[in-house]
Amino acid sequence: MNSATTGTIAAGHAFDSRWTKLLIIWLALLTVPFWLPLLGGYTALAGRVLVLGLAAMSFNLLLGFTGVMSFGHAAYFGLGAYGAGLTLKFLAASTPLAMLMGTLLGGVAGAIVGLFIVRRRGVYFAMATVAFGQIGFYIAYTWNDLTGGYDGLRGFQREPLHLGFATIDITGNGTLFYYFLLFVFALAVAAQALMLASPFGRTLLAIRENERRARFLGIPIERHIWLSFTISCLFTALAGSLYALLNNFADPMAMHYSLSGEIVIMAVMGGMRAFWGPLVGAAVFVVLQDYISSMTVNWMSFVGLIFVLVVLFFPRGLLGMLQRRDAA
Amino acid sequence: MSAMLEVRNVSKHFGNLVAVQDVSLTVAKGELRAIIGPNGAGKTTFFNMISGFFPPTKGDIVFDGEVVTKQTVAARVASGMARTFQITEIFPELSVRENVRIAQESADGYRLHMWVSRAETARVMREVDELMTVTGLEGKADRLVGELSHGDQRAAEIAMALALRPRLLLLDEPTAGMGEQETYRVAGLIRRLHKDSNYTIVLIEHDMRVVFNLADRITVLAEGKMLADGTPKEIAADPHVQAAYLGKAE
Repeated sequence: MNSATTGTIAAGHAFDSRWTKLLIIWLALLTVPFWLPLLGGYTALAGRVLVLGLAAMSFNLLLGFTGVMSFGHAAYFGLGAYGAGLTLKFLAASTPLAMLMGTLLGGVAGAIVGLFIVRRRGVYFAMATVAFGQIGFYIAYTWNDLTGGYDGLRGFQREPLHLGFATIDITGNGTLFYYFLLFVFALAVAAQALMLASPFGRTLLAIRENERRARFLGIPIERHIWLSFTISCLFTALAGSLYALLNNFADPMAMHYSLSGEIVIMAVMGGMRAFWGPLVGAAVFVVLQDYISSMTVNWMSFVGLIFVLVVLFFPRGLLGMLQRRDAA
Repeated sequence: MSAMLEVRNVSKHFGNLVAVQDVSLTVAKGELRAIIGPNGAGKTTFFNMISGFFPPTKGDIVFDGEVVTKQTVAARVASGMARTFQITEIFPELSVRENVRIAQESADGYRLHMWVSRAETARVMREVDELMTVTGLEGKADRLVGELSHGDQRAAEIAMALALRPRLLLLDEPTAGMGEQETYRVAGLIRRLHKDSNYTIVLIEHDMRVVFNLADRITVLAEGKMLADGTPKEIAADPHVQAAYLGKAE
């Protein structure tokens, strides 16, 4: 009886704290250009957090909410970046078109790769994602004429947005571009949240929790994992296209497996069972990287150490830990 | 009396091991059939073939007049077959309500829906509430299933199976590992499903009191073969069964 009452109270409390959390996150994101310079940061850094945060949250649709591991998400991030860059360079001077093309390129690639690997499970699935990711990396690395090879793709830049009634110039590095990134980020994560709260989203949770039970409820497991993988790749590619716009540059390192690993680190460090966890992980990662790499080239050792400490002492991630404390 | 389930001469070989050998069985609509037998008799293997977990090496499964031997699990679920497992299979880190809701939404064909109308959501949640009431879980709707007692977890698994509106309910050792009170409660639930709601049920069970109290007919398997098939009275009086199973087990 005692535990029953605790359960009810915890549920009501979680509801309140969810709105509080949303309010804090969005207030913080909306006011970044005002408080970040005071802490010695610069707005482009916040842009990086948004872009990598979106990539990590998109990846986490697969890991945290479907229970399937991928070590090859950089490939789709990179395809998004190259898709956007190549569109701006060769097709048309349109930022929205570049984002659309980059997103579609990564999404379609994910859909095709997904068909081949969706019957694999656990570590075999993860290894297959690595293999396909490396194929993407070597194509970008060696196709000099199209991608610029090792030097990366240059010679394009993001274009002002033409809305018909007005033109928004996002070509500068300031506040306006940050808000553009935040706008796209908000649309993308809102779509993700709606998806997770839908019956389809719950089938993914079901697969994460117990594949056998899900199968015996009549859920076609392979089809749903394939959809989850494809959607995850699509959003990751959108993040990649924003990355190309942010840097006016796309390079093969955006497809390298080390970035796949960093995306995993962000999601796990921030908390893969929490919707916002990967964003928190990305913020910690990007800030640490920026701060420590100004002091030593071995910055990754420090990030690695912090990652190990988080995994050892907060196995549910930074945000997962806060939620725990909330409920207690 | 028409048959809900007809198993025709099925066998299952795992390499050289013959787990089930040439077993046939007919379950009438509305019947409660118990399958008993010593450990390793092939009961769960037999269940797995009926529910589509794996295909039989030989023989056919006929469900309500339709041969389903080669059908996928999803197809069998769609045509009205639901099962529970010896080790409870649930979604441990979700609440009871979410567990049953996922089953209900899957049964209603909303698996791929990204959006459902308010009215439909309300109807789904009413069905979910009703299923939780039937299985005695209404007071625990917001608890995580993984934190509940064994008996409540089993009740949640049965609620999920019922959400599929099954015409045939397959229960693999529903009281396994339970204490006196929990066994009594789950047996009561099964009795109500059978007597009051007319479900056709096939269950594997080790607890002989449960079996002889609930079953209309009993099938005895031993070493993969069918040893006997009859009413509880006939089975209790069968000398082969007494020799091979009841005598040894008690």
